[in-house]
Amino acid sequence: MGFTAARPLCHGRQVGEAGSAKAPKTRMSAIVQFENVGLRYGLDSETLSDVSFSLASGGFYFLTGASGAGKTSLLKLLYLAQRPSRGVIRLFGEDVVTLPRKRLPGFRRRIGVVFQDFRLVPHLSVYDNIALPLRVAGMEEAEIDAPVSEMLNWVGLGDRGQARPATLSGGEQQRVAIARAVIGRPEILVADEPTGNVDADMARRLLTLFEALNRLGTTIVVATHDLPLIAQVGSAQMMKLDKGRLSDPTGSLRYPPRPPGAG
Amino acid sequence: MSPFDRAADRRAAAAARHRLLPEGRVAGPMPWIIAIMMFLTVLSAAAGLGLGAAVQAMGADLAGRATVQIVEANADQRDRLSASVAQALRTTAYVRAVHPVAPAALADQIRPWLGQDAVSGDLPIPALIDIELTPGETGAKVDRLRHQLRAVSPKVRIEPHAAFLAPLAGLLSTLGWLAAGIVLLMSLATGAVVVLAARAAHDSHRGTIDVLHLMGATDVQIARLFQRRIGLDALFGGALGFTVALLVIVLLGARLLATGSELLTAIHLPWTDWAILAALPVGCVLLATLAARWTVLRSLGRLL
Repeated sequence: MGFTAARPLCHGRQVGEAGSAKAPKTRMSAIVQFENVGLRYGLDSETLSDVSFSLASGGFYFLTGASGAGKTSLLKLLYLAQRPSRGVIRLFGEDVVTLPRKRLPGFRRRIGVVFQDFRLVPHLSVYDNIALPLRVAGMEEAEIDAPVSEMLNWVGLGDRGQARPATLSGGEQQRVAIARAVIGRPEILVADEPTGNVDADMARRLLTLFEALNRLGTTIVVATHDLPLIAQVGSAQMMKLDKGRLSDPTGSLRYPPRPPGAG
Repeated sequence: MSPFDRAADRRAAAAARHRLLPEGRVAGPMPWIIAIMMFLTVLSAAAGLGLGAAVQAMGADLAGRATVQIVEANADQRDRLSASVAQALRTTAYVRAVHPVAPAALADQIRPWLGQDAVSGDLPIPALIDIELTPGETGAKVDRLRHQLRAVSPKVRIEPHAAFLAPLAGLLSTLGWLAAGIVLLMSLATGAVVVLAARAAHDSHRGTIDVLHLMGATDVQIARLFQRRIGLDALFGGALGFTVALLVIVLLGARLLATGSELLTAIHLPWTDWAILAALPVGCVLLATLAARWTVLRSLGRLL
């Protein structure tokens, strides 16, 4: 509490500027910086090309684009599941591309991820799934119960703690995945199509959860192609991927278009 | 937090960690394969150690022993010569003991092959004198005795016991080394089984591993989960195989004793050998744990 998210700005370059020596200076509050990032799987053509942007700490960002545009690939780079084929990625001020592998876990613990397919551990209870990041971080058992119970209540699953994921509905599983992603109070929350499997009402409630988290200071990055959803978050910025390239990363592609002179 | 609370917390944390991989300890063929391998390893090791002990006992027993033969067809001359040779041996400094073999005992020994004719007196049976030499330089002492006895009569021969039992001792020694080789091969095979099992377990829990990995779990944290699971499987298999092998060894030991054969009863296991056998299942658990850790760390090393 006590954190008021400033209206975030998404700093970036147009595609034509990519690779230019005159890269724009990023603000000190930038928590994520991509510079001329390219990603290629095997010998295929590049999935992501010349992606450059920076995200301000405490911002709320939507990443949109058609299916196959490279949203999931970009998020994978962001949550350190993948290294880029080229370019520089800085997280929390450090170049994570050249970072030794043994230092990556420390960075991953600062990033919460809501996977498109939830990736809940099927043989663990809802409670244990949510507690997982705290246990990975080495928190003592006596200190785990309170935050997990609080999180269960926060996502409206207070009475389902001992249930197995398979017995939950899609929306409930989604909320467990979100609770698991945010319980460690990550500095960045990355969500890949978090509303893809839920109805409109649940999508709105999930977004409310994200906004609440954002107000606590967490930088939110949500990949979605649900434009009406984007319109619900007034403070958010939108990045659009088109065939692996970031187009107009300045926020002017907001939906609905931001009125001239607004924030 | 009190020490009691801290211990309870550690237990709870351990229980939570153990839940990360699905429960069901004796799942899959690995514990049973390890049980079979441990059974064979313990039997091989017991055979190797037993034969080694037999060779050692035989060597200690035979070192410094020899038999003097008086090959004289005429019984009266043979008796006289035997008495003088025995007397000469008793006065030799490096001969510790002289035991003339009684003709009746000798006849008993050859009766199974020659029948009653052996004791009829018609067959010229040599007189035998068993001697024990003082410790050390047995070969040189036997050579000196040979010269000395040849001077008494060319019909007197001396045979060190080690010479005619050397091929048997060599065979037992070879069998002992063979058993050691089998133990080594079984250990390698056990390690290979564990590596395969760890890979299979790693693949089947890939989803959980990926999630843990992306949450910031270190390779060592993840490897520990597999180490524990495979260590427990190895403990079960090792204990089972060891117990069954132990029963077989005890039963075989009883059968060997029942034969009454001096040679077979020499195959025994001193307490140090039992300690080595008991260390085998412990070694198996350690080997399995290390192999699992190595395998999982290698697999994880391929991830980002």
